Order: sequence, then C-alpha cells, then structure tokens
Amino acid sequence: MPQSLAYLKETPSQTAGPYVHIGCTSNFSGIDIYGGDLGTAMKTGPVKGEEIVLRGTVYDGTGTPLRDAMIEIWQPDAAGLFASANETRGQADPNFTGWGRSPGDMNTGEFVFETVKPGAVPWPGGGLQAPHISVWVVARGINIGLQTRAYFEDEAEANAKDPILTRIEHQNRVPTLLAKKEGAGSYRFDIHLQGPHETIFFDI
Amino acid sequence: MSNTDRPGGYMPRDRDWQPAGLTPAYKTTIKRSPQAALLSFPSTLSEETSPVFGHGLIGALDNDLIHNFAQSGESAIGPRIIVHGRVLDETGRGVPGALIEVWQANAGGRYRHKKESYLAPLDPNFGGCGRTITGEDGSYEFRTIQPGPYPWPNGMNDWRPAHIHFSICGHGFAQRLITQMYFEGDPHIRLCPIVNSLSDPAAVEALTAPLDMHRTVPMDSRAYKFDIVLRGRRQTYFENRAEGM
Repeated sequence: MPQSLAYLKETPSQTAGPYVHIGCTSNFSGIDIYGGDLGTAMKTGPVKGEEIVLRGTVYDGTGTPLRDAMIEIWQPDAAGLFASANETRGQADPNFTGWGRSPGDMNTGEFVFETVKPGAVPWPGGGLQAPHISVWVVARGINIGLQTRAYFEDEAEANAKDPILTRIEHQNRVPTLLAKKEGAGSYRFDIHLQGPHETIFFDI
Repeated sequence: MSNTDRPGGYMPRDRDWQPAGLTPAYKTTIKRSPQAALLSFPSTLSEETSPVFGHGLIGALDNDLIHNFAQSGESAIGPRIIVHGRVLDETGRGVPGALIEVWQANAGGRYRHKKESYLAPLDPNFGGCGRTITGEDGSYEFRTIQPGPYPWPNGMNDWRPAHIHFSICGHGFAQRLITQMYFEGDPHIRLCPIVNSLSDPAAVEALTAPLDMHRTVPMDSRAYKFDIVLRGRRQTYFENRAEGM
C-alpha cells in the first residue's frame, strides 16, 4: 500500500428543504431573534459606481415560480474589488458588502437585490472577465446548491471577450446568463431550472 | 515566499460523492434538477472570495436554541443536546470565521413555519434556528433539543430521520454549502429518499453524528459531534498564473 493522501472528503450536500427561510432569513419567517436578516442591505452608505436593481424569478421545469428558494449573490464593487478577507489587490468600497441574500417574495417568489454594477475581475490566466454577479440557488428539490452567474446584456464588448462566455459550446444558451435591461439601472435575471430556457449552471 | 503562501484554485467538487441533481425517489427533484451538463471551469476571484462575518454579529443566545426563543425563565421542551465539531477544509486545516446557521423541527417534529401542517404541536419556547461563527481552529458549538422525526408528502408514508439543517459560509463563495446532520442509530436514515440521494454509504456516514459522551454535561445535556469539511484549495509552487494573481 502506498502512503495515504489523507485528504478529507467534502461534506455531502443535502437539500435546503422547504424551511430554509427559518434558518437563513429568520426574520422573514416571523422568527425575530436576530434583529433582522443577513444580506438584506448590500449598501451600508453612499456607494461608488452605478446603483442598480437586479430582480428575477426562479422557475421549475413546468414554468412554475419557486416560492421556497433562497438566492444568494456575491460580487465585487464598481472597481472590481471584493469586500473579502481574501482580497489582496486593494480596499473595496467600505459602504458595499458585495453579498446579498433573498428569500424571494412570499407570494410571487421574485427576488430583488439593490446593488451596484460590478467592475471587471481578473481571469487567472491573465486578462479580465466581463462584469458578472455570482448567483447561488438552493431550495426544496435541489440536492446541491446551484451556481450560476449573471452577466449584463449591455456589456456586449466585454462579454464578447469573456474567457468563459466565449468557451461555451452551445452559444445559443449564453443569453440564459445575461441580465436583461428593463430600464435605467434595472435588470432582470430569471433562472430556469429546466426546460428550453434552462439556465447554464456551473461546476466551479 | 513559501509554497503555502500561494493558494491555487479550489479543488474540483467530487460530483460522484455529492448527490446528483436528479434523484427520482425524492420527487421534487424531478422538475427542479437541471438537465444539461454543468459548465466546469477553474475558480476565479469571484469564487475564491467571500463575505466576512464578524463575531460581533452574534448575540449571546444565538447558539442556544433552548433559550433564544423562550420566554424568560422558560426553555424549549425535548432531549437537551450539545452539537459541536470543527469546520475543516479538504486539506485538514481548520476554517476560522465561518458562519454556521442551523434550523430544525422541535422535539415533536414540527417546524415553526406557516406552510407547515404537521399535527404535532408547536413549542411556544422553541423557534428552531440558531447561528454561530467558528473559532480560530474552526471549532463551533451550540445547544439545542433533539428534533423529532416527522412525516412528509413524498411517497404515501415517508418520514424524515431526525435532523438538523446546516448552512455554512466559509472563505470562498465556492465553498458555500447547505447540508443536514443526522443522529447515530436512527433507523429512518436508511429509509429516507433525501438521504438516499447519496449513492455512497460513506457519504451518509459523513452526515451521521455520533454520540460524544466526552462532551456531555453530566445531569444536563448529551452531546453529538459533527465535523464539517468544506472544499480546499490546491497548494503549489508551480502554479501557472500571471504575476499578481
């Protein structure tokens, strides 16, 4: 027998189930013990850059909106810097957390994030990625959290050079990753778990 | 600069060990699982960074589910337990500063949620959620009551094993994880379609917390130990990355 590599196995995922809101958005669930829910305010003061609203709905394979999902987003500030302990390139906007969490609307399931348009982030091999927001979706019936990204349809030039978008085999699916502009500072990013418009999900 | 000063990207997820998206015995997955292949690519700064949750966020009773929703002088009903362990990464390092959020049913198997219709009663002194942040070595602890098993609408007679839901935020968005902890010896574990979304019996064991008599508080609470492993980053001096990355 050779030596053991001794790496640990990642803890297996299990579905967030129907009551994820109890644990992660307790106040939304009517259990007010923390004095508010985490991730509801991404802006904690005046922020740099363009303020935007990102909204969307998660649909199942029948086209029914999910009303028991939890959506989280993570992104850099307008300059492309993350409010993270791992950010070594500079100081991110101190009034912007970069992290949002939403239980969706109780009746419609629509999620809404008031945020800023992210700056570009480096690609490990050099160059820049197009501006994007990382998105993570969990819900009953989802065994392991789904990772995707919201890019912006009005960033055509950056998108055309993006190292991920350009490498996608089925280019006709790329629009599933583009947030659609609905008005000044307003974008829609609907997520389809299945069907002809199934969102591209990532294994990053 | 030493090798370990230059962490590489996250090691890929073992998708054979993790549950598949589509596990038909758990019926809700049928219309909620993606059909196309996931798009694989190496992690970037977007996945290698994550928000910071300070210890100042956490209130004194946040990790005490027996008391954090209870009226003054009251406590939740049920077998008193301590759940403790460490959050590690795949290389075995402790993960300090990780946010752990938990939620669970009460001792009768009932959640405090308006869509919950199980006939077991609510406990007026039990909310069912708690949170904590790991210490310098990745350790965590909370106190709660052991939740009960409960029936759920899937097959005609499916019951969930007793479980506690865990949400963990580590150091990179790529590590984001939600899972469930089960209790050693529960005969419902092997019968559960959600547990059986895991094909490897060792993966089920990794979610099953043993009784830990060394951490019990005599005449007060039993203890269960549940270690959690988040994805780890590759470590190499020979990383083909542009300067400054």
